[in-house]
Amino acid sequence: MSGNDEHGDDEHDAGEAVVAAVEAVAERIEAERDHLTDLDSAIGDADHGGNMARGWAKAAGAAGDLEDPDPEAVAKTVGKTLMSEVGGASGPLFGGSLVFAGAELADGVTAETAVAFAETYLEKVEDRGDARIGDGTMVDALTPAVHTFKKSIEVDDLEPLEALAKAVDAAERGVAFTVPIRARKGRASYLGWRSVGHQDPGATSTLFILEEVLEVAADRLDAEVPETDATSPTIPDDAESEPGSDDATPEGAE
Amino acid sequence: MTVGLVVVSHSARAAEGIVEIAAEMAGETRIEAVGGDGRGGIGTVPDDIEDALAAVGDDGGDSSADDGVVVLVDLGSAVMNAEVAIELSDVDAVIADAPVLEGAVNAAVAATDPSTTLESVREQAEAASEISKV
Repeated sequence: MSGNDEHGDDEHDAGEAVVAAVEAVAERIEAERDHLTDLDSAIGDADHGGNMARGWAKAAGAAGDLEDPDPEAVAKTVGKTLMSEVGGASGPLFGGSLVFAGAELADGVTAETAVAFAETYLEKVEDRGDARIGDGTMVDALTPAVHTFKKSIEVDDLEPLEALAKAVDAAERGVAFTVPIRARKGRASYLGWRSVGHQDPGATSTLFILEEVLEVAADRLDAEVPETDATSPTIPDDAESEPGSDDATPEGAE
Repeated sequence: MTVGLVVVSHSARAAEGIVEIAAEMAGETRIEAVGGDGRGGIGTVPDDIEDALAAVGDDGGDSSADDGVVVLVDLGSAVMNAEVAIELSDVDAVIADAPVLEGAVNAAVAATDPSTTLESVREQAEAASEISKV
């Protein structure tokens, strides 16, 4: 997929697209600053909006300053900047995960490397935060998004843009899921049952980031954002799934 | 074998104070303090922790920590940032699951033992969890 004569140009275009996405995220987070702070003041320390806005503004500046950016360099620069500029747990969670996931983009952005990037990012957030799905954290938005993206690419063979649109919808459902459950990780967990009824700020900003990446990706491809949702039927499951053969064991169930 | 120590706190002054106490017991052991958000406020920065690891870690000098670095941390995001810094660093380092002050003192004592290893220093630091005060 890469390595042809045009590789340098492709990589440059991809790098510029990633920079554009980072700039769009920075604008969006700034626009949502008060919203994120309100969410965080209900269950945390009311600093998520300000910290994220400052961090992403600096990150967009640093990414824009890169000469001849390639996707890996942009991801690592943004990650590094977020790590030092965003305080609290969001620095290592958003920034640190991006630094490590960025290494998956060494060969540019393809459907395959994007899936690897997403999986590494999720794994790093889970490990670093010691959080799993259902803990009322950004993992609740991220996990369905990454799983939906991977399945849409690898199983349903969808176009990357449609796969990303489905992932964004999955993240939105994940954010909604953080509302009625009790937080078990992060500062909100100190509230115990009182965290029920509140939307997680980190899950919310994760959704905003994904929404902007989708917008920029569609814009770069000169395409409309696909009308789709995570539960809409894709291709029929024709592969070895005969009716009645529902004895499939969930992964890790042993 | 030589093991070094890095003390990470949300407060630069807390980290320096803890190092001041631990250094009393530390002999030749290299201990580095790191803390604060880099803007004079409370927090920790992975890059700063990475720099501290490099300062203590094996640089070929006589007192460099050629058997690695034990990292003492205070709370929450300091732990996460220390993990990120260790993953990014070339220095062999481990976090001790220990109270930061008591762990630093225990680790400083353990590190002066000539037969010390990275594991033995970490174990001694973690034994500080058992200290009873009253």
